Amino acid sequence: MSAWLAFLLPWEFSPLLVALVLGAALAYVRGLQRLPPEETVSVLRRVGFWLGLALIYFVMHTRYDFLSQHMFYIHRVQHLVLHHMAPFLLALSRPQSVIARGLPVRLHDRVLAPAWRHPLVQGAYRLLQNWFVAPVLFVGLIFLWLDPEVHFYAMLSGPLYQLMNWSMLIDGLLFWFLMLDPRSRAEGALIGLGPRIGLLLAAAVPQIMLGAHIALAPEDLFGVYAVCGRAWAISPLEDQQLGGLVTWIPAAMMHVVGTLIVIGYWMRADARKARLTARHDAS
Amino acid sequence: MTARVWLVVLVLLVASCGGGEDWHAKNVRGVIPDLAFEMTNDEGRTVHAADYRGDVVLLFFGYTHCPDVCPTTLARLAQAIKLMGDAGHRVRILFVTVDPARDPPALLHDYTRAFSPQAIGLRGSDAQLDALTKRYRVAYSHDAPDAHGNYAVSHSSAVFAFDAEGRARLVIASELGAQEIAADLKRLVEAR
Repeated sequence: MSAWLAFLLPWEFSPLLVALVLGAALAYVRGLQRLPPEETVSVLRRVGFWLGLALIYFVMHTRYDFLSQHMFYIHRVQHLVLHHMAPFLLALSRPQSVIARGLPVRLHDRVLAPAWRHPLVQGAYRLLQNWFVAPVLFVGLIFLWLDPEVHFYAMLSGPLYQLMNWSMLIDGLLFWFLMLDPRSRAEGALIGLGPRIGLLLAAAVPQIMLGAHIALAPEDLFGVYAVCGRAWAISPLEDQQLGGLVTWIPAAMMHVVGTLIVIGYWMRADARKARLTARHDAS
Repeated sequence: MTARVWLVVLVLLVASCGGGEDWHAKNVRGVIPDLAFEMTNDEGRTVHAADYRGDVVLLFFGYTHCPDVCPTTLARLAQAIKLMGDAGHRVRILFVTVDPARDPPALLHDYTRAFSPQAIGLRGSDAQLDALTKRYRVAYSHDAPDAHGNYAVSHSSAVFAFDAEGRARLVIASELGAQEIAADLKRLVEAR
């Protein structure tokens, strides 16, 4: 029991992460309490939110983070969580309106809402969420941090390591909130539901190729784990093969599941449109 | 924090564009922290990083029961120092044991001196050792002991090289030969 508790203690304490996770959790709870009766949040959406938030905290702020620094495949699972799974769950739970309602009124009205509406912020957001930029950035970051030279320095340098993990988390949130928006383009989404299916599948291909390249490489590509020492005895190639498989298969599966969900949204959006037209014709 | 991130990014950009620094080992200037520790040396005295300022320091983690990595690495470093001639007197190997329970000072002393007169063994309490390994993002772990109570310790293979001012300069990976190490160390010694 105490070993488990010790495992949950932060390895490298990050006030920023604690503030963000706690702030989001508190705002969410308060937002749910203030929900108007006509708006409901299903149990599944709530579970998605808490699971996503807890996963981010676990991989970034416990002893798990230590293991990620000293075992390639554990690091790959960490990035799978930060870049795919947790943002995926958070996007499905659509917590934006609940959190906005739960924030302190003055913070929301005077700071966050005006900042969000600022042309510079909106411009940057729209650029990052452009149909071409977003998937390229999503795949590009994976390739950047897995470049053996960059990876070497990211694992040796504390600040660079933090930059790597935060960039993966933020980009993961941007990408999956963009892709898993249940609205059609006519209803306000930045990219139409049909094009998103193509983008999701296209973005999986380079990840499959990179994962396969790593998993099947005959030599140790990431020497930094030998330099810094592995968390426990495992052969470098075995570690690398597992890491390659994590980069390859679960990541690609997330894209397939995402595609199925978007197809579901698409059918429902079509049904909504048909109902509207029918009502329009009737009146 | 943000400033340090940009510094590191800048350093990497300069390094990747071949900014003139062409080492055999990995250049880690500005990437990892300066040398800092408090440990007990193999003569039982408390020592600090500052005690070794003025010399190029090679920091290496290992243990005397180590079957392969430690003796070969120490032998290579010792050979590199010999190849440097007089300049070799300006280099010190700090061998930090990750198995203090089985490495008493006298054993550490005999073990390190057997490789080179420039080698010194360092021991620390759990807290001191953890502070040092965490600072350089290095891991070690003790495997389960066999029937005779013997056990292996997995640990980092790298040698961290610091210049005379205690700034981290190079990470020497295990595939580097004594000639290449000697060439790099000579430049570090002469750089002051």
